[in-house]
Amino acid sequence: MMHYISPVLWQFLQKWLHRFPLFPPEASTIAPYTDEFYFYLLLISLVGTGIVVAMVVGFSVLYRKERNPEATQIEGNTLLEATWTIIPLGLFLIAFVWGALLYFRIYNPPTNAMNIYIVGKQWMWKAEHPGGQHEINALHVPINRPVQLTMISQDVFHSFSIPAFRVKREVIPGRYTTVWFQVTQPGTYHLFCTQYCGTLHSQMIGEVVAMSPEDYQAWTATSTSGSSLAQNGERLFASLGCNQCHSGSPEARGPNLAQMYGTKVQLANGSTAMVDDAFLRDAILNPTLHQMAGFAPIMPTYQGQVSEEGLISLVEYIKNLNSNYRIQQTLTTSQIQPTGAAPAPGQGTVKQ
Amino acid sequence: MSSTSIVLPDQQTATMPKRSYLNSSYGLKSWLLTLDHKRIAILYLITTVFFFMIGGTAAALIRLNLLTPGGELMSADTYNKVFSIHGLIMVFFFLVPIAPAVLGNFCIPLMIGAKDVAFPRLNLTSWYLFVAGGLLELYTIIWGGIDTGWTFTTPLSTHYVNTHVISGAMGIFVAGFSSILTGLNFIVTIHRLRAPGMTWFRLPLFIWSYYATSIIFVLATPVIAIALALVMLERFTGIGVFDPAKGGDPLLFQHLFWFYSHPAVYVMILPGMGVMSEVVACFSRKRVFGYTAVGFSSVAIAVFSFFVWAHHMFIMGISNYSALVFSLMTMLVAVPSAIKIFNWSSTLYKGSISFDTPILYAFSFIGLFTIGGLTGVFLAALGMNIHLTETYFIVAHFHYVMVGGMVSAVMAGLHFWWPKITGRMYPEMLGRLAASILFIGFNLTFFPQFILGYMGMPRRYHAYPPEFQILNVLSTAGASVLAIGYILPGIYLLWSLKYGKIAGSNPWRAPGLEWQVQSPPLEENFIETPVVDFEAYDFEWLAKHENEVQTVG
Amino acid sequence: MDSQVIATQPTSAHGEHGHSPHLRHHFATVAQQREAASFGMWLFLLTEIMFFGGMFTAYLIYRNWYYPAFVAGSHWMIMWAGTLNTTVLICSSFTMAMGVYSAEMRNRKALLRYLFITLCFGIVFLGIKAYEWHDEWEHHHVPGLNFSINDFTHVDQRYPQDKPLAPDMAEKTQAYFSLYFMLTGVHALHMLVGVSILVVLLFHAWRGAYTTGHMTTIENFGLYWHFVDIVWIFLFPLLYLISRHQ
Ligand code: HEA
Ligand code: HEA
Ligand code: CUA
Ligand SMILES: [Cu+2]
Repeated sequence: MMHYISPVLWQFLQKWLHRFPLFPPEASTIAPYTDEFYFYLLLISLVGTGIVVAMVVGFSVLYRKERNPEATQIEGNTLLEATWTIIPLGLFLIAFVWGALLYFRIYNPPTNAMNIYIVGKQWMWKAEHPGGQHEINALHVPINRPVQLTMISQDVFHSFSIPAFRVKREVIPGRYTTVWFQVTQPGTYHLFCTQYCGTLHSQMIGEVVAMSPEDYQAWTATSTSGSSLAQNGERLFASLGCNQCHSGSPEARGPNLAQMYGTKVQLANGSTAMVDDAFLRDAILNPTLHQMAGFAPIMPTYQGQVSEEGLISLVEYIKNLNSNYRIQQTLTTSQIQPTGAAPAPGQGTVKQ
Repeated sequence: MSSTSIVLPDQQTATMPKRSYLNSSYGLKSWLLTLDHKRIAILYLITTVFFFMIGGTAAALIRLNLLTPGGELMSADTYNKVFSIHGLIMVFFFLVPIAPAVLGNFCIPLMIGAKDVAFPRLNLTSWYLFVAGGLLELYTIIWGGIDTGWTFTTPLSTHYVNTHVISGAMGIFVAGFSSILTGLNFIVTIHRLRAPGMTWFRLPLFIWSYYATSIIFVLATPVIAIALALVMLERFTGIGVFDPAKGGDPLLFQHLFWFYSHPAVYVMILPGMGVMSEVVACFSRKRVFGYTAVGFSSVAIAVFSFFVWAHHMFIMGISNYSALVFSLMTMLVAVPSAIKIFNWSSTLYKGSISFDTPILYAFSFIGLFTIGGLTGVFLAALGMNIHLTETYFIVAHFHYVMVGGMVSAVMAGLHFWWPKITGRMYPEMLGRLAASILFIGFNLTFFPQFILGYMGMPRRYHAYPPEFQILNVLSTAGASVLAIGYILPGIYLLWSLKYGKIAGSNPWRAPGLEWQVQSPPLEENFIETPVVDFEAYDFEWLAKHENEVQTVG
Repeated sequence: MDSQVIATQPTSAHGEHGHSPHLRHHFATVAQQREAASFGMWLFLLTEIMFFGGMFTAYLIYRNWYYPAFVAGSHWMIMWAGTLNTTVLICSSFTMAMGVYSAEMRNRKALLRYLFITLCFGIVFLGIKAYEWHDEWEHHHVPGLNFSINDFTHVDQRYPQDKPLAPDMAEKTQAYFSLYFMLTGVHALHMLVGVSILVVLLFHAWRGAYTTGHMTTIENFGLYWHFVDIVWIFLFPLLYLISRHQ
């Protein structure tokens, strides 16, 4: 790969390409890998097309009718044909392996990545930072730090694309998808929705602002909305009454959620499942499909009652739930208060 | 005639035959109720060219709108309708039918020595189905349009847009049956109606690729029919096969759609490959290099094409491992195309090449399809696909294969068989001029789009960031050159109907059976069932039998 | 092999003496014409398999995901109706086969009789199917039009063995019923087409066609009818039977 062979050449190419307006900025750790691979593909294409053009043009000149009035019939040539079957096949297979490695690099996030949630809807992007910062059609990220996006759509298919980082992923209704990157250059980059999603598809664009860690710190401090995602989630958890069953006490009717994230759980149908963001979200909406062993199937579905942002807050809350101390606190205080007052619909519920 | 063209043996003395399929009966009714495969081919030619004009007009509007970054020409909604109509019309009502139903209908029975296709009445029915589907599509366009893109992605198409999705899908549904019946007809014809002595390995390679095309028609088209039926019903009554709220999975639609549409892209190239074999062999006066390899690679493409559909869904949340499998399969399906390209190029070796319009188009095909195909390999490589998918790189890829490849091949075939179809030659110099204009205009239009794609410009964008403008302006400029390149042949081909030189039965001295009968052929094609005692592309046989042509009158 | 048939007797223009009046001009022999027709029919059935294939795939996937919902859904099928319809179709296939046989034997009376019985069976099938659909409509089981999950979240005295489903799973019964209506609907459409063609065939048979040795049409229609029958033979167990005893 190119920058192992000659770092000098690579540096030179990179400089040159940056100034060349026909090439996108190379602003993430993945971009050089993608570009390297791109050059491989370009190279085989140039060679392949070159050979074909050389054959066509060369033979046209050599064997034009004036020069060669009588054609010589040739049946074929097995050896030749095998050659031009196997060489392209080999080159394509290299492309396959290289491409697959790159694919896994792009779609397998490092474990220490910071997580930001993205909700796509016709026709805007909402970003939810764990610290409670909300953004619309913009995304602020620190450089030199892996950032993972956990994304979901509220309506149709969208696609989150940052060409300068060479990453992109479909944003799907009803399912979390993830993508990650690590920015190398501070700057402002295009953010596009690349899956056709209806009328204003071309307006579903925004900016990714990559900042130095200090600037990013400053930004998070100034744009916080007051409470973090997990705090929103806690409020929602209480107002939806989740804490009634998931209280963490031994006699509780629902499983203990503290420190559950990232573990394997036994399901009632005999299989096991990994508790990740997707599992938590699905368990809230389709409890029956995620019924845990040892509990009665009594949990109601919250389909249609919690918005995607609300679900994200809940997930973030459960993810960070280390002990059930606060849950039990809330429960005892609410017992002192007169019951019957309906829990105020917190932020994140769907108005009905 | 310039000095490089083939000597046209009987052109000076040639006269129009007194009796031919064109004058066997007169009147509109004799055309609309005809069972003659040649007349049906002409009916198809007229209708598909009509649809090409609509699709081309839409393309012109797209390019005009993209001249400026703000997309000032039309509103976002209108733009979306325009490119949806462009894609739908061009794919389902122009490129899928034009080669099989026009060139195939005309040539297959003549090439295999049959009097007609196996089921002439079914053939006519297919045309009527096609027209019915086309009318539904026109209705859709005129009464408010459709803005789903040509891919009908759910849940957008089922729940979110409020344009004429049902009638639009219905049009394709109906026209789909026309494809199915055409494919069925061809398969039976090729199996059962070959003339005595016409063994499988004596068939022109044209027939092999049309056979492969027909397999795809028969096996793949029903799947899009059911997928679209489900979309229509989901929209109309609200059943929940693709609706997540009711337990459905929107990705299932894409699986069904691409299960058809990927094989369908080979429907849009295989017939062109058939034309290529005929044209390259004829104008280099040589048998196609490696007949068997070229023949079987057509079948291989058809078979493999059924196992690669999910390469359109690499970033859509299919599992990483199925992505691996589909990427690998896509690499494999690319190989037979490479084989063909190299075989055609080597056919030229030690040939005796003359440069008439058909082979100029064939050269365009070889160059442009190679570029288009190789950029397909970019897309098939997983990691690269992430960056390139849903950008203009794809737009460039598929225009290179569909327009640069297939439309060039159709033009080659149309010019090649024009003397056979009409009995008259087109003006050769204008033909070469148009072929060159098309080649230049095409590259100017679509090459910049590769760069745009790598820079990240998303497709289906009504407006775009200003830094992409230069390349877009180039592309639009190219499209206007391209328009001239299409309008010019339109004019001179029409002109030649009346004023073209009389062609004679075999102006190209081509070896196929279809050239051994008069042009235009008789209604029954052959006075006597021919007995085939020569191989495909048998130029030596041809030299011996040069003047034994059946002409009536 | 077909080419040998032609090779031995090159034909000239159509309408030559000694040929069957049913021989179309572009075929050399009657045998060739018949082979072409039945080959075409088989290909057509192949496309039909692909057509149904899409829905069967959807069925298998969703059944795997929402197993309890599919079980609960299938409990609401009317068993006697499904069984009766299966019997009706099998009988109709038999009478259809007998019809083809009678045509071969050039027995016009028998042909008419068997075609008529087949037609009646077809109509009975459609009638029973309509009754079932009506029943499902009454129970609010039609997704999109009048669906209600009520039947699946409560125990019904008619199906006391069923445990009620949780509401989220009960919603998924819509996937079952969507596919049920699509599959049976498309199948019934095929039956309807078959029945209409039968009427035409009956008319022609009454006028004496098909019993003079030229019976390709009847044979091919028979193939179609058996195919539609076989589709039902798959639908019946998938939709009614396989989850019966859970
Ligand atoms: C005629 C139509 C046609 C044809 C023939 C092809 C051919 C190919 N296509 Fe293309 N494709 C489309 C039409 C077509 N495509 C369309 C319409 C879309 C977009 C749909 C949409 O989303 O709207 C698409 C999209 C598309 C995608 C999906 C992109 C995405 O959505 O992310 C992919 C991915 O794998 C792909 C790959 C390929 C490949 C590998 C081939 C191969 O078959 C190409 C094989 C040919 C060659 C490889 C060239 C010949 C080779 C040589 C001469 C060898 C050269 C020599 C050396 C290397 C030594 N195509
Ligand atoms: C077979 C197929 C085919 C053909 C021939 C073409 C031909 C052309 N296409 Fe198209 N195209 C598609 C298939 C095709 N296209 C598909 C499938 C899509 C995707 C749609 C989607 O996203 O859903 C697409 C999308 C597409 C886009 C992307 C739109 C977007 O994503 O926003 C663009 C942009 O440049 C484009 C341009 C062109 C151009 C300039 C031509 C030129 O080659 C056309 C040249 C022709 C003319 C300029 C007309 C000539 C004039 C006449 C014949 C006479 C006209 C009329 C009168 C007398 C009234 N096409
Ligand atoms: Cu969202 Cu396009
Ligand atoms: Cu494809």
